[in-house]
Amino acid sequence: MNEHVLDKLKVLAESAKYDISCASSGTTRKNRPGTIGSTEGWGICHSFTEDGRCVSLLKIMLTNACIYDCAYCINRRSNDIPRATLTVQELIDLTIEFYRRNYIEGLFLSSGVINNPDYTMERMVRVVKELRTNYHYNGYIHMKSIPGASRELVNEAGLYADRLSVNIEIPKEQNLKMLAPEKDHQSIYKPMFYIQQGVLASADERKRFRYAPRFAPAGQSTQMIIGATDESDKDILQLSTSLYQRPSMKRVYYSGFIPVNSYDTRLPALKQAPLVRENRLYQADWLMRFYGFRANEIVDDSYPNLDLEIDPKLAWALRHSEAFPIDVNKADYGLILRVPGIGVKSAGLIISSRKHRRITASTLTKMGVVMKKARFFITCGELPTFTVNEVTPEYLRLALMSKKSSRKEPDSKQLSFVFTE
Amino acid sequence: MIVFQYDKTFEGLLTAVFDAYSRKVFPERLVSEDEPLPLFAEQVHRVITEPEKSTRVWKALEKKLTKSVCAMLMHVWLSELPESDELLFRYMRKAFDAPMSIATYFADDDVLEVKKIAQKVSREREHVTQFVRFQKASDDLFFAPASPMYNVLPLTLDYFTDRFADQIWLIYDVKRRYGYYYDLKTTSEVMLDNDEYLLSGKLDEALMAQDEKLFQEMWKEYTLSLTIKERLNPKLQRQYMPRRFWKYLPEKN
Repeated sequence: MNEHVLDKLKVLAESAKYDISCASSGTTRKNRPGTIGSTEGWGICHSFTEDGRCVSLLKIMLTNACIYDCAYCINRRSNDIPRATLTVQELIDLTIEFYRRNYIEGLFLSSGVINNPDYTMERMVRVVKELRTNYHYNGYIHMKSIPGASRELVNEAGLYADRLSVNIEIPKEQNLKMLAPEKDHQSIYKPMFYIQQGVLASADERKRFRYAPRFAPAGQSTQMIIGATDESDKDILQLSTSLYQRPSMKRVYYSGFIPVNSYDTRLPALKQAPLVRENRLYQADWLMRFYGFRANEIVDDSYPNLDLEIDPKLAWALRHSEAFPIDVNKADYGLILRVPGIGVKSAGLIISSRKHRRITASTLTKMGVVMKKARFFITCGELPTFTVNEVTPEYLRLALMSKKSSRKEPDSKQLSFVFTE
Repeated sequence: MIVFQYDKTFEGLLTAVFDAYSRKVFPERLVSEDEPLPLFAEQVHRVITEPEKSTRVWKALEKKLTKSVCAMLMHVWLSELPESDELLFRYMRKAFDAPMSIATYFADDDVLEVKKIAQKVSREREHVTQFVRFQKASDDLFFAPASPMYNVLPLTLDYFTDRFADQIWLIYDVKRRYGYYYDLKTTSEVMLDNDEYLLSGKLDEALMAQDEKLFQEMWKEYTLSLTIKERLNPKLQRQYMPRRFWKYLPEKN
């Protein structure tokens, strides 16, 4: 280890940072005596950068040199940026030493494509194989599968990595072809399919043989760039739904487009990354995964985009005010989950504690329910209050809009003076 | 007012519960032996900690409640918050008196409070597993300082022993001045006689292993390069990684 590695580390971290995924969950692997590391069911975030994102894994690229020229990517071959490549040994040493100091939960290995997809993939597989077999490392490993890599290499990677991922990047194929002419959906969906096949085959084997090897036990994930092309939220969420229906798909990440190559005219000129839209998409994603919502309930043809001013659950409730108010003392779990202001945790608390006695508004507050929103959508056996139907959804939307955004709009009653020189 | 005096240990608290039930007298306040008695203390009972009594109470609790709820009670005890012992006393009494398990009776103030404190403590436990940073000393010992808000070090041992099984380490609570030492086989509690040089939380450079400084530097530079400048949000960073942990983080020093 020396100063050179430090420089390379800086360059490669700079290139790897646009990959959003940092999850280290989904696998539990206990330590075997005398070896290093363990994997917990829930990953642990070991640090947070100044942009508020968690650093759980050593997110790094093998190399940031690339033969492709994708318009949205900082590492495209026509960009004039410093390039660096880590050797297999340097990567292993970094991972092990950072791990021993409790800096990280594991390794997230990605890479630019050099020579051809298989050549790159083969070197990446060598890193994870060495870590697992020679260094007896039990920590988490997330590995990117290179688009276009062969089935054999994906299968080998799955034996050592906890999670594999291939990024979709652009939801619609014609848009992907416009921004990345050398790529197509075929080259992305194929490795995804290999991973899925591997996971299913291994699950089947393990039913019969207890010690059959696990294949990517934490499944796979993918990422889409939001706002670089003209897809509506409906397109995006429908694609996510179809991805989540695949057996091994665990997470879809949304990455607000950051104009890294602003000179490219195929890309929209944005002043700032669409952070609010990204946030709303994640909220919608959560609704689909944990709240039993379907994509076409959140967005449909008449509302193809998410409301940026209010969250998607509140938006749904306001569109369906006929379903409310809901009696928290009687309604079942699924209905209680649909109330804005009540999350998975408080819904669970309500269900389990109403066995003992009736729930009142003050207990709800103590349980952590956001009564500012919830009170318009529930009854709890107390005196009648104004519900969404009395105050009308339109008024409620205005009242509950996030204050910050409404403040930005100039007040129409306020005169503004413009001084010109 | 009925007051029980006890030795401020968990076993002592369990013995107090035993005494209360055997004497059929339930205290309104619990105080330590050297604490001045509250005003209007009419009836004072001094609890003498006995392992048989405390284990009997604990076993009865385990029968009445689930394992995870008992763990929650332990968490509340380790919070070291004022009056958390009285809260635990009331909780145990309710658990024994109720015909069915009170574990899910969150409409009750004490049950909810126990859950909330236990949650806070377990969050602090998680923070320790997140933000403890080992520094490698020249004799291959990995040293980490910690000063958690609650006394959560005992709760983190599972994690550290399992994960760092092939390295010798020492985690030292500089606030409470004790720690745990792992010698490749077992983890044991240690109290160091002259620990002044550890209290700053930083190993002296003379004591550091050869590459230690470089790795700290690398980690710092790495997290800096990982920041996306277009999305800066320091408030969110502080929310997830509270300032009080920063003094031991190489990336923040």
